[in-house]
Amino acid sequence: MRLKFEKRPEASTAMLYLTPVAAVLITMALGGVVFSLIGFDGFGAVREIFISPLVNAYKWQDLAVKAAPLVIIAVGLSIGYRANVWNIGAEGQYIVGALAGTGVALLTHQMSGFWILPAMMLAGVLGGMAWASIPAFLRTRLQVNEILTTLMLTYVAVYILNYLVFGPWKSPTSFGQPQTVLFSPSQSLPYLIAGTVVRWNALIAVVVVLVAWFVMTRSVFGFQIRVVGSAPQAARHGGFSADRTVWLALLAGGGLAGFAGILEAAGPFGHLIPQFPTNYGFTAIIVAFLGRLHPVGILIAGLVLALTFVGGEMAQTTIALPFPAVGVFQAMMLFLLLAGDFFVRYRLVRVKPKSETAPAAETSTEAA
Amino acid sequence: MRNFNRRTALKIGGAAAALPLLGAPAFAQMDKVRAAFVLIGTPDDNGWNFGHDNGRKYMLEQLGEDKVETTVVTDVAEGPDSERVFRELAQQGHDIIFGTSYGFGTYMLRVAPEFPDTKFEWATGSEMAPNVSIYNAKFHEGRAVIGTIAGMMSQTGVGAYIGSFPIPEVFMGANAFHLAARKVNANFITKVVYVDSWFNPPKEADQARALIDQGVDVITQHTDGPAALQVAEERGIVGGFGQGADMSAFAPNAHLTSIIDIWGPYYTKAVKSVLDGNWTSGSSWEGLASGEVLIGPYNPKIPADVVAAAEAVRLGIIDGSIHPFAGPIVDTAGNVRAAEGDIVDDGEFWANEAWYAEGMEV
Amino acid sequence: MSVDLIIPIIMTLIPAATPILLAAQGELVAEKSGVLNLGIEGMMLTGAVITAAVMLITGNVWLAILCAALAASTAALIFGFLTLSLSANQVATGLALTILGTGFSALFGQPFTGKAVPLFKSPFPAELAADPFWRLFFGYSPLVYFSLAMVVLIWWFLQRTRPGLILRAVGESDISAHSIGYSVIGVRYLAVAFGGAMAGIAGACYPLMLTPQWVERLTSGRGWIALALVVFAAWRPFRLLAGAYFFGLVMTLEVYAKASGGGFRILPSEAWAALPYLATILVLVLISMRRSGSTSAPACLGKPFIPAT
Repeated sequence: MRLKFEKRPEASTAMLYLTPVAAVLITMALGGVVFSLIGFDGFGAVREIFISPLVNAYKWQDLAVKAAPLVIIAVGLSIGYRANVWNIGAEGQYIVGALAGTGVALLTHQMSGFWILPAMMLAGVLGGMAWASIPAFLRTRLQVNEILTTLMLTYVAVYILNYLVFGPWKSPTSFGQPQTVLFSPSQSLPYLIAGTVVRWNALIAVVVVLVAWFVMTRSVFGFQIRVVGSAPQAARHGGFSADRTVWLALLAGGGLAGFAGILEAAGPFGHLIPQFPTNYGFTAIIVAFLGRLHPVGILIAGLVLALTFVGGEMAQTTIALPFPAVGVFQAMMLFLLLAGDFFVRYRLVRVKPKSETAPAAETSTEAA
Repeated sequence: MRNFNRRTALKIGGAAAALPLLGAPAFAQMDKVRAAFVLIGTPDDNGWNFGHDNGRKYMLEQLGEDKVETTVVTDVAEGPDSERVFRELAQQGHDIIFGTSYGFGTYMLRVAPEFPDTKFEWATGSEMAPNVSIYNAKFHEGRAVIGTIAGMMSQTGVGAYIGSFPIPEVFMGANAFHLAARKVNANFITKVVYVDSWFNPPKEADQARALIDQGVDVITQHTDGPAALQVAEERGIVGGFGQGADMSAFAPNAHLTSIIDIWGPYYTKAVKSVLDGNWTSGSSWEGLASGEVLIGPYNPKIPADVVAAAEAVRLGIIDGSIHPFAGPIVDTAGNVRAAEGDIVDDGEFWANEAWYAEGMEV
Repeated sequence: MSVDLIIPIIMTLIPAATPILLAAQGELVAEKSGVLNLGIEGMMLTGAVITAAVMLITGNVWLAILCAALAASTAALIFGFLTLSLSANQVATGLALTILGTGFSALFGQPFTGKAVPLFKSPFPAELAADPFWRLFFGYSPLVYFSLAMVVLIWWFLQRTRPGLILRAVGESDISAHSIGYSVIGVRYLAVAFGGAMAGIAGACYPLMLTPQWVERLTSGRGWIALALVVFAAWRPFRLLAGAYFFGLVMTLEVYAKASGGGFRILPSEAWAALPYLATILVLVLISMRRSGSTSAPACLGKPFIPAT
């Protein structure tokens, strides 16, 4: 008996949902074995990373804090990815969003009022959109590959951030340390529940997920994105402009990344510092894929990724697992997930020995 | 050490919880203290983090493992991640938590009010709170010693100070280095460059190469690794100095001596005060005299008269007869920073923008 | 800054540019076959840590470089298996590879961190290698000469050999290459493995030539500059060399300008640092405005190839 992979006539919905779960479970099993073999407490690591944060109610807050920006960015990216627009520069859009919002904060630092925070958020969204509009313009006008431009612009954004916090935006009271002034209370994102560390961005992330879900399934925009992504020919016949889709996809991704950026700056960070970029924009790409480019999937995936970060820190203090091990776990999980994609499209079938194979069967495989 | 098992955790948690029931005041003595150290990198960087981890080990030795147990968290980013780590450690029942980088402060100050019984210690910090102390070391005193060596040994009369960022701690050190070198070589020039990072080995190395190519023959660095020193060794210049720890293994010929951070005594004192129940919030800024800053062994290639001069400066600072910032000091813009017989007080550097003494090139 | 600094600047910029050049050469071949591997940084870190480890254990530099190439190539083959055999998304897989390489190197490198690694010095006699003028040609590590030889070799392979032609065909039109009977997946596997090996050797440059030690995240993001360089060079081997040295010059001028004191700084250092990325975007724009087929990106770049059967 031989086994053979055969393309499924239609992508398997069951596999679509099962493979991410399998990826996480196999990572736990495989990671435990591998880390035990190389001399660590492998299963202790799995327990601390994947389970301890879940059973400790206090840690749920940390998960929410860490997951919120990942989810917001990933939802934006998933819209583009569905339309085959590969924005991998969300990190840059996240930074520019934070910069734009911080610009408003610095201008209004002496003022107070309920309108300041919304103005900062608006500036954040617009900043992210503006940064993403550069690759959108280059792609639609000049056919410049957006994978490369979005990535390059990320580095440019990092240097703009450095220039500002080391130079014109440096706080006069920071003793020369590169950082802006701390945001005032009317510029800071309030806590959602008093006495916790969860701020409004956690709720906003959930709202973003729900809105995106609605838009993608119910609106013409969502339909357009899905058609352009899955059947470009049909989209052209249907009168959907490819350029318009690129613009919408990049603006959605950039706007949400910028939004996440200002929420993070006005919330957990409290001011801008050179250490502001923490790879959320890149990690969100993983979240988008782990969540199967579906808003609800992304919400869960964001929590899973947050789990590995928060759990990784716990593992460091409780079983002295070196921090880089978390990266190895994350990579393993992502590799398994991407490998699992294959099973969505293919299935394992038994091939009968040659002698038994009728010619008719061969032709049918060809056709499939 | 880093490991602790859940049983001890419960025991300690239980003991702490029992205290209020016994009506013990805040100044209660403790049987065993749990101390945590939050590091920005890993202890094997041979520099800053290495120094703090050595301090922890020294403290463990002094107080004994039956009196204190420690947790180390490495690679913590200066941002909200550190806030989570501080909260996690406080929640796990650590009695005293040391955050060993300036950028942790904002987040430590956020967490501290939630855990009034936990003591927080902010290294190189700038703001205190009822349960937050700040501590620092007068590294610039060590800079005056190595500046003396640089001034006497340099053949080109040009030295370099590779700094991370233009923050007070760094430009103070550069000024102390330069002023000491000028005392022994009136025409000494110090090129000050900033690499905008505490740790970027390729850039530090290239920066050292560029400086050597422009006539520099003594280099001191105020970043966290030995990359510049390795270039000094490779190029065979007069030499360089270890920063934070003895780095002679990286540059047996070029390594003249080093400024070693000795956090051990401070950590011992702080943890002991928690044990004794008399910890209070405060600010500590000690230097050569109390042993927080140490000058490492001198390279045998340094002539005896240079060693003698360096030792004279070191001992002078210890007994107070020498001050690193004794006047007359004129800055690059021609302003008199201290008149003859006057000094620039160490604290003044925190109150002003960066300035550089005459003969420094920035 | 004066004229006598020209030789020292060149002597600094060439070693600084070499790892970027080597990594970009590997990436160029992979991209020419139609595969975009964003895992360069991870593969470079893998190569760097393996080099330091083998050097500290055996002291054999050739063995160290070989192991670095093999290790990074193995990492690249994980990427290859996912993207080629399982047709997974190349962007996501490449990012995962960088995460893996960063984590693995930091974990594996812990026992070797902060230990001095012996330098891999110029193979020429000291009279040449240390001469104030002749060092300009003879004063470099063998890794530099290797990278220069690879410029010619890769150009010759791609432009003048039949396998090179096939590789380009696979990158330009996988479907036609497949229909003629070439193994698209096979060619891409080889290209990806080669790209990994070159990134590994690029990583080896750090402990052997630039910062003779291993520490976490030693390559400090220079793998991403290599990625930019391939685009900047418009996928041409000789332009890759020119581009690498241009990027090297930008990085080197910054440190020399700082070392020479005030006056020379016409731009903030952040602007210098951003220059390679801005220049890359500009080149992308210029390429697409010219629209000449041979200089643009391989048509199948980043797209999975799924055979019809």
